[in-house]
Amino acid sequence: MLKTIIAAALVAAAGLAHAAEPIKIGLVAALSGPSAQSGEAITRGLTIAIDEINAKGGVLGRKLELVRRDDESSPPKGVSAARELIYQEKVAAVFGGLDTPVSLAFIPIINKERVPYMGVWAAGTPITRNGAKENYAFRVSAVDIIVDEALLKYAQKKYGSKKPGLILINNPWGESNEKGLRAMAKELGVQLAGVEKFENADVDVTPQLTRLKNAGADSLILVANAAPGAQMMKSRERMGWKVPVVSHWGISGGRFTELAGPSAADAVFVQTYSFFGRQGPAGERVLAALKQKYGVKGPEDVFSPVGLANAYDAMHLLALAMQQAGSTKGPEVRKALHGIDQYAGLIKTYRKPFKPEDQDALRADDYVMVRFDGEKIVPVN
Amino acid sequence: MELFLSALVTGVGLGSMYGLLALGFYVTYAVSSTVNFAQGSTMMLGAVAGFTLGVTWGWPWPAAVAGALALCAAWGVLVELVGVRPFARRGSDLWLMATVALGLILENVVLFTFGKDPRGMPASSLTAEVLRIGGLRISALQLLIPAVGLAIAVALDALSRHTRAGKSMLAIVQNADAARLTGINVRAAVLGAYALSGLFAGVAGLLIAPLFTVSPSMGTLFGIKAFAVAILGGIANPWGVVAAGLIYGAAEALITASLGSIYTQVLAFSLVIVALALRPEGLFGRTAVKKV
Repeated sequence: MLKTIIAAALVAAAGLAHAAEPIKIGLVAALSGPSAQSGEAITRGLTIAIDEINAKGGVLGRKLELVRRDDESSPPKGVSAARELIYQEKVAAVFGGLDTPVSLAFIPIINKERVPYMGVWAAGTPITRNGAKENYAFRVSAVDIIVDEALLKYAQKKYGSKKPGLILINNPWGESNEKGLRAMAKELGVQLAGVEKFENADVDVTPQLTRLKNAGADSLILVANAAPGAQMMKSRERMGWKVPVVSHWGISGGRFTELAGPSAADAVFVQTYSFFGRQGPAGERVLAALKQKYGVKGPEDVFSPVGLANAYDAMHLLALAMQQAGSTKGPEVRKALHGIDQYAGLIKTYRKPFKPEDQDALRADDYVMVRFDGEKIVPVN
Repeated sequence: MELFLSALVTGVGLGSMYGLLALGFYVTYAVSSTVNFAQGSTMMLGAVAGFTLGVTWGWPWPAAVAGALALCAAWGVLVELVGVRPFARRGSDLWLMATVALGLILENVVLFTFGKDPRGMPASSLTAEVLRIGGLRISALQLLIPAVGLAIAVALDALSRHTRAGKSMLAIVQNADAARLTGINVRAAVLGAYALSGLFAGVAGLLIAPLFTVSPSMGTLFGIKAFAVAILGGIANPWGVVAAGLIYGAAEALITASLGSIYTQVLAFSLVIVALALRPEGLFGRTAVKKV
């Protein structure tokens, strides 16, 4: 008798466990290497959102569970990580990390297997504008082409720049921005003083800067990561050239302040969110969760705030879509993402964030311009 | 004009560092016909050790510099003992691979202990502007780098002519077996040469660090360029090696100034190949006569 009861209980428990099987959410990001901080920030944003959702009973009565894979910033590793998440872990969606080349490498698998992709950092334009007929790549992050527009407009408006000079890292990311900046300059009727490229290993960027200076550049648009960006700032300082620098967010991904020295504060750059200043209810909630869960003391302690904020909002948008679709199947979730009408998030209140022809949720006016004040990232006006 | 002048100042600075690393190739080649192919890694060790001792651990700078240089010299000795001697003794050329392997091991050890993240030396009076010629601003470091490079070359020359150790080295250069017969300790001289070679690389690393970023991979390209410079200068001629370093640095700077740095690597290395095709013994080398 007892045996039968135990057996029945076990069967019931197994059945319950099956009904409540968690929905797996995948993440392919740099969890080690020089960009490891970005992966950790995204993890924090996703975890805080998932905890909030699970505390309210999860999605479709099932809990969410994060499954992470390290891409080490390498596209081949990212591809095998995405495959493993999709075919073995059977995740309902894949979140992407900081590196555009990694996300670009596995987007074809995403579209073939019809598993939604949520970009929360990598800004490469072709990630979401990938030409697929049935596109499963969505993004809550900056987009190069829109950043390019914002950078040029900011240089014009804030510094009255008439002839910006471009100083770009010599890699695919720099190239994609060169295309975007040239096209935008044409559209805005801005004449460029020149386009100069430099290498990661360049000790001295003075020659490139001198050429821009001689060509009459009255502002610099910088696209590079922290280390080469810092080499550029040091060369600019050595020249004693007090030209304004407006930068893409690459410089915020490493020890820019240490590498560039005192001139680090001269560079104004783009972010999607800042935890400084007055926060909305979502901002207060996220900061409280950061304090409680990760021992973060205040906004100055939040590293890589963009990755965190983007991931937090993207997770909530995805959960909302799954709830509305009543399913975790890719095609239905995709349709539901297009159908989201309004959602009050951390970065903004989203209104129709995703359209079939434009699956990027953030626009130029969602960006904030910031600069370094010591180690802190603070908004400018 | 200002463009080329300012590029030249940096070019001469970097060039003297290539020359200094190349002198490291010269000293060991002269006494043992072997080199540490991973001179670039030793240079990186100098910069990383200097940063760790001086910034992370907060040692006073003279102590940090001395510590970093001692470490580089010790590393040079270790490379000779582990990577060169066992192979050279048996007449094998495998020391070539062994020194490259040791360099890779060093880079990976630094990667694990120091981290992949590039670090920056704090701003100091060395990087402050001291001299202004027209629109051209020159920092103390930009003057110090070529000065130290030349001073080391002069000192090496003087020591080899006027001291006992130097004279024994010159004797080994001429004929190692004969030198051994006259009672010169060839093994010690070779070890000394490797220590010196490590020391030169360390000096180069410490001097470049404030201009550049400190990271495990910072030395790789420098090492390759320095080897090109050593060959270009005719590896057995110390002054030729130093001159080739300056020429290479200046050429690099002028290419960057006139065309941009994306062409620098391609053009500079092409020039090296052309120069060696025209003068296989190097710009300042003498054709070796092999007697049978």
